[in-house]
Amino acid sequence: MKPRTKRAVAIVGGLAALGVAAALVLNAFQSNLVFFFTPTQVAKNEVPKDRTFRMGGLVEPGSLVRQKDALTVNFKITDGAQSIPVVYTGILPDLFKEGKGVVAQGKVHGDGIFKASEVLAKHDENYMPPEAAEALKQAGHPMAKENFAGQGQSGAKPR
Amino acid sequence: MYWSSWDAFWAMGGHAFFVWMSFGALFLALAVELVLLRVRRIRALGDIEEERELEAEN
Amino acid sequence: MNWFYFSSPSTFYGLAGRLAPWFFALAAVTAVWGLYLGLLVAPTDAQQGEVYRVIFIHVPTAWMSMFLYFVMACYCGLTLVFNTRLSAMMARAIAPTGALFTAVALWTGSFWGKPTWGTYWVWDARLTSELVLLFLYFGFIALSNAFEDPRRGDRAAALLAIIGVVNLPIIYFSVQWWNTLHQGSSVSFKGTSMHVTMLTGMLVMSFSAWFYAAGAALVRVRSIILERERRAQWVRELKEG
Repeated sequence: MKPRTKRAVAIVGGLAALGVAAALVLNAFQSNLVFFFTPTQVAKNEVPKDRTFRMGGLVEPGSLVRQKDALTVNFKITDGAQSIPVVYTGILPDLFKEGKGVVAQGKVHGDGIFKASEVLAKHDENYMPPEAAEALKQAGHPMAKENFAGQGQSGAKPR
Repeated sequence: MYWSSWDAFWAMGGHAFFVWMSFGALFLALAVELVLLRVRRIRALGDIEEERELEAEN
Repeated sequence: MNWFYFSSPSTFYGLAGRLAPWFFALAAVTAVWGLYLGLLVAPTDAQQGEVYRVIFIHVPTAWMSMFLYFVMACYCGLTLVFNTRLSAMMARAIAPTGALFTAVALWTGSFWGKPTWGTYWVWDARLTSELVLLFLYFGFIALSNAFEDPRRGDRAAALLAIIGVVNLPIIYFSVQWWNTLHQGSSVSFKGTSMHVTMLTGMLVMSFSAWFYAAGAALVRVRSIILERERRAQWVRELKEG
């Protein structure tokens, strides 16, 4: 390449990279900073109307029901204060479990049921072997924060 | 040693694809970078040699 | 001791050449030790099973992607304030390795996210800001090569790098400031939520990544010095050609 072409390519490349970075930042600030809403926000109608949004929380223990077709599931997403019923048809991620974190994308329909088109599992930041997890459970701490050196947040709970 | 056999190790509990795609990509990337570093050095030294020869001719 | 002794490219060229092999050797030793701990010794994870082992390369590369950017920006600050040649060359030498670690962090995160979260990619604050970091590295590299006069490229790219530092706290605190799919930090200034062997393996791998990055940057800066000082007397007098 001639030096001049090389320079032009470099300038265009640099501007393109900056443009993409700026676009990503702006896009994030516009809509995606709120990656998900909590069931309380959904119950209070503080969510976007007429478009899909994400709802995050814990899968309420005891709420999971699998339909006969084996692909459709009903469960509730809770944040402790409110819980919203969800229906979803499709493959669930491996880490999807009752009592664990979940983020579902979809829309609330007239009957108050959140119809999800995508379900993602949200796991926490605790890493330990099964024996240690079992010991914590036995001691009455379901992965309780107090057992660790004081990490500020629980990953499973929506903040 | 955590694993009971090498087969179990390579299988990674059924997640072999994801684990080895990750580790493989890292090592491939490092190998490519090391080659590029070598190429760049050889080129830089070659340019200096050229410069010297030009000088010697003049 | 003269603090500016090694700030001259000609003396630093020799120093870098002597240091680089040691860094690579340390990187290799710590990598073997870290991989041994992470892949062979560490127990499985109660939540995720074996796939969590991606953490032993994901977290070190992600940390290093941010740390290298910070170091690069510091050199850029020196470039703008003192107009030193070597600092600009060091920044240029760090950028490609920083970009590589950023790309690997994104890649490994993606292959970890699929089996655990259920998706390769989401536009949450953590993933998006790390992607922005990759484009900042690309922008830095492109801008530094965009000028006929390399010194102008140095200064333009330095300015970009320094502005881009804003992104570092955004990446780090994104999981606390906003709702994200990405979990919080397992290791913070306050402590850790990891089993001890897992933690040790991850820290050893992080040292390995640091040693490697230092070695790669030093080798690269030697080539940059040769390219930029091609016409200098000391380069002409180099023995090995």
